[in-house]
Amino acid sequence: MISVLKKRLRDRTLSAVDLYAKTLSDIENKSDLNAFVHVTRDGDQRAVESHKRLQDGTQRPLEGIPIAVKDNFCTKGVPTTCASKMLQNFVPVYDATVVERLKAAGAIIIGKTNLDEFAMGSGTVDSIFGPTKNVWRSKPNQWHIAGGSSGGSCVAVASGMCVAALGSDTGGSIRNPASYCGVVGYKPSYGLLSRHGLIPLVNSMDVPGIAAKTVEDVVTVLSVLIGPDANDSTCVDTNLDTNSFQTNFLIDKCRIGIPEEYNCEGLSNEVKETWDYIANLINDSKGAVQKVSMPHTSVSIATYSVLNACEVASNMSRYTGLFYGYRSTDDHKSFESLISTSRMEALGEVVRSRILSGNFFLLRSNYEKYFMQSLKVRRLISDDFKNLWKSNYDFLVTPTTLSTAPLLSEFKSLDNRTQCATQDYCTQPANMTGCPAITIPVKLSSNKMPISIQIMASNFDDIRLLQFANWLEKKLQFSQDYL
Amino acid sequence: MYIRKLLMKHTLQQVLNRHKLSRNKSMKTFDKNKWKSVVGLEIHAQISSESKLFSAAGTKFDAVVNSQVALFDAAIPGTLPSINEKCVEAAILTALVLGCNINKVSSFDRKHYFYADMPAGYQITQQFHPLAENGQLTFHVIDENINKVPYSKTSLIKQVQLEQDSGRTIHDDSTKTSLIDLNRAGTGLMELVFEPDLCNGLEASALVKELLLIFERIKTCSGRMEEGALRVDANVSITDSDQLGTRTEIKNLGSIRAVQLAVDYEIFRQLNLVKEEKEVVNETRGWDSVTNKTVSMRDKEVLQDYRFMPEPNLLPLNLNMFDINKLQTKIPELPTVTRNNIMSKYGFNIRKTTTLMNEPVLLSMFFEIMNYDTFRNPSRVWNVLTIEFMTELNKRSIEPKRSEIPSSIIGEIVDLLDNKLVNLVHARKVIAKIFDEKNKSPSQIVEENNWQQISDVEEIDKLCKEIMLEYPKAVKDYRRGKLQAKQFLINHIAKKTNDRANLALVSKKLEEFLNNY
Repeated sequence: MISVLKKRLRDRTLSAVDLYAKTLSDIENKSDLNAFVHVTRDGDQRAVESHKRLQDGTQRPLEGIPIAVKDNFCTKGVPTTCASKMLQNFVPVYDATVVERLKAAGAIIIGKTNLDEFAMGSGTVDSIFGPTKNVWRSKPNQWHIAGGSSGGSCVAVASGMCVAALGSDTGGSIRNPASYCGVVGYKPSYGLLSRHGLIPLVNSMDVPGIAAKTVEDVVTVLSVLIGPDANDSTCVDTNLDTNSFQTNFLIDKCRIGIPEEYNCEGLSNEVKETWDYIANLINDSKGAVQKVSMPHTSVSIATYSVLNACEVASNMSRYTGLFYGYRSTDDHKSFESLISTSRMEALGEVVRSRILSGNFFLLRSNYEKYFMQSLKVRRLISDDFKNLWKSNYDFLVTPTTLSTAPLLSEFKSLDNRTQCATQDYCTQPANMTGCPAITIPVKLSSNKMPISIQIMASNFDDIRLLQFANWLEKKLQFSQDYL
Repeated sequence: MYIRKLLMKHTLQQVLNRHKLSRNKSMKTFDKNKWKSVVGLEIHAQISSESKLFSAAGTKFDAVVNSQVALFDAAIPGTLPSINEKCVEAAILTALVLGCNINKVSSFDRKHYFYADMPAGYQITQQFHPLAENGQLTFHVIDENINKVPYSKTSLIKQVQLEQDSGRTIHDDSTKTSLIDLNRAGTGLMELVFEPDLCNGLEASALVKELLLIFERIKTCSGRMEEGALRVDANVSITDSDQLGTRTEIKNLGSIRAVQLAVDYEIFRQLNLVKEEKEVVNETRGWDSVTNKTVSMRDKEVLQDYRFMPEPNLLPLNLNMFDINKLQTKIPELPTVTRNNIMSKYGFNIRKTTTLMNEPVLLSMFFEIMNYDTFRNPSRVWNVLTIEFMTELNKRSIEPKRSEIPSSIIGEIVDLLDNKLVNLVHARKVIAKIFDEKNKSPSQIVEENNWQQISDVEEIDKLCKEIMLEYPKAVKDYRRGKLQAKQFLINHIAKKTNDRANLALVSKKLEEFLNNY
């Protein structure tokens, strides 16, 4: 926990330099998990600086705390690959705003974590660096997937390599692996954190997210990241005060909705039971729990798939290998053949198929039928949420994933679309409406894998969401000891 | 030029003859007078702003290659656009001047196509909800041929939208490589989309000229076509019915002359196609200024589907954040007002006024000269500026705005002429000298070179008497009724005095002497 580390650093029972060294050796020892794709070796100097600041009392909020960053956030001078051959040699000359703010708060960026190529996936399996392993019940030859796409970040936290990590969340990319790995995964309201420097998947849904062991740690990290950014026009000044997290939270004043449409086909019994268990627990604590209806939930995943593909097709057009990234070395007759060969050689099948479908949806003759229609349905999905907030519901409680983390072999038997369509069912509606969502671990399944629960709140009601999650976390006392 | 004929007949023919040319019509029955041409312009005007439309990079035209490039302009992953308010203000001001309805809320869209000099693979533009709509531009159409009567014309503006400029690709044939300069990439453009309501190249060029004059006043675009700051696309079609024919688009016309020639050529080409019973193909064409022809760009662009999509990284542009009333007060005097003022105050016709106004530097010199001394003869000032001074500038290949000749110098030359201290022949010589001897005043130049006009009555008397004695035959001829002999004598006096004699006086005096014997 960050507060414990901070205390130890402050009372000098631990030095920032030692902490950094220990982190590096920990990453080394657990390299078989494949959580990191790049470990930054230049942290020594920063650790020394942190050490000095801690000595002379000029420490900043995250002074000397090692933090991992998903490899789709630009990091100055450090390769940022998106786990794609296309960007394998891409070294940004700038830091993403959230990375810059972490650094400014004294955090030490220890490395870049694994993900599905360009964050397109829910397994951290489709990466040029190979899949990331879940820490829970992993054997060398048979292991569970980490979930994705922020699997590397969640495994880094779950395995104790670091206390917190940055991920990104477009349809559940932080919540899905957090749920599989038994850690806290927070997706902020769209517009709360700057996306500048986050290599986009779906601009209108992407948010930087935080994985940590506790809700309190999430808040500590959030407090240094929050605030408007001139480099991102969609990042707004909300005046959210993270200090208000400390104020008293009263569950008996809350109205909690249980949307029945989330009880979908494929939802495992254990997850369903966990969901009921939480509802009862809140009810027993005098929270007003009621079944609610969100009629458009079932069409959300299809809508999400269309919008996702369209923005992907657009966002990926810049990867031509002309200015940066992979360029085919073949002899080329034309500009077109150069870029098509480079893209063919350097982009994975999942990426290419999304580009193809996105371009199809955006054709002039299909625009109304697919893209515009999806935008309309997105509005309906969003209205489902707004109607509940208007009816004075404070939170929605739903499953995060339909099951516990599958084995790699089980997961690989499905194609990427089916993987995402199943795994993102409960998570992507929050991205469609932009509301904040958090997943926290509840208990272990019969096969000793973590089961989590998702909570959502209305847009920019992030602090209360975190307060509620914190309250629930305290009640649950989930043990993150995976061994 | 049949195109001009076409223009004159074009409305009449429309009413008189609804008869359609059938496709299998033989050549003999082709009557070009039944056809009319339709031209619509799309003008890309670069916004004069310190920084780009969505990034903080500079926009200097002649900067070192790739030195005006922000990360966003190179489409570096993870970068996002931030709108430049100055560009929005410039576009609002322009739209106001063009009488457009300003949309309180407009939005941006991505237009996708792969071009080496467009690094993101799309251009951010305003396809679905532009900044402004429904404006108009009125201008005067004046043929070089002074027998054609000038007329005024209005072209309607469909929309004004903000968008990004692209970079530039330079092809090096020797090494078979393409080099890309992104300095221009992301510079703000105002695209002005006009309705197809023009008839020919002359009207198209007149529209562009007027627009340049407006930009000269409101300064939202430098108007420097030679730097690519204003580029014209022309849609051209011909029809013999009420419906528009298949159009071609001539891209990137970079000078007023090119606009006029390219449009007229394209009309000519299309008429010939129809005459030969061929179809006009909907395509993009370029202008070859060497052969003076439009050429097919054989570009897949015509078939291209731009896959438009709303730009998700920019909020809708809400103009409530801008004080439009305040911008309205910033509008300076527009060319139309100046034109009317000149015509009424100095009595110039539209042709003379336009000539003067087409060179903004000459116009401001004109005002300076006239305001310094309101008794100066405006026609003489006009003549000296637009004819004598311009001739010298052209001879020296100097653009008027780079002449560095103060208006006071020209004013003094006008005064020398007004006061008959020099004649036109020597005034021209003075104008030629002022460029090389900048520290000297015109009077000084006249003095040093002994170019003063001889207007002294006694001296003129003397000159006339001398010449009559010298050429008694001419005198005799005149007195016998051969009146042109007088001119012979005048010419000799001119020659004898190195063109200094005041020939008006000479003529008068000679006539007196020749008739009184």
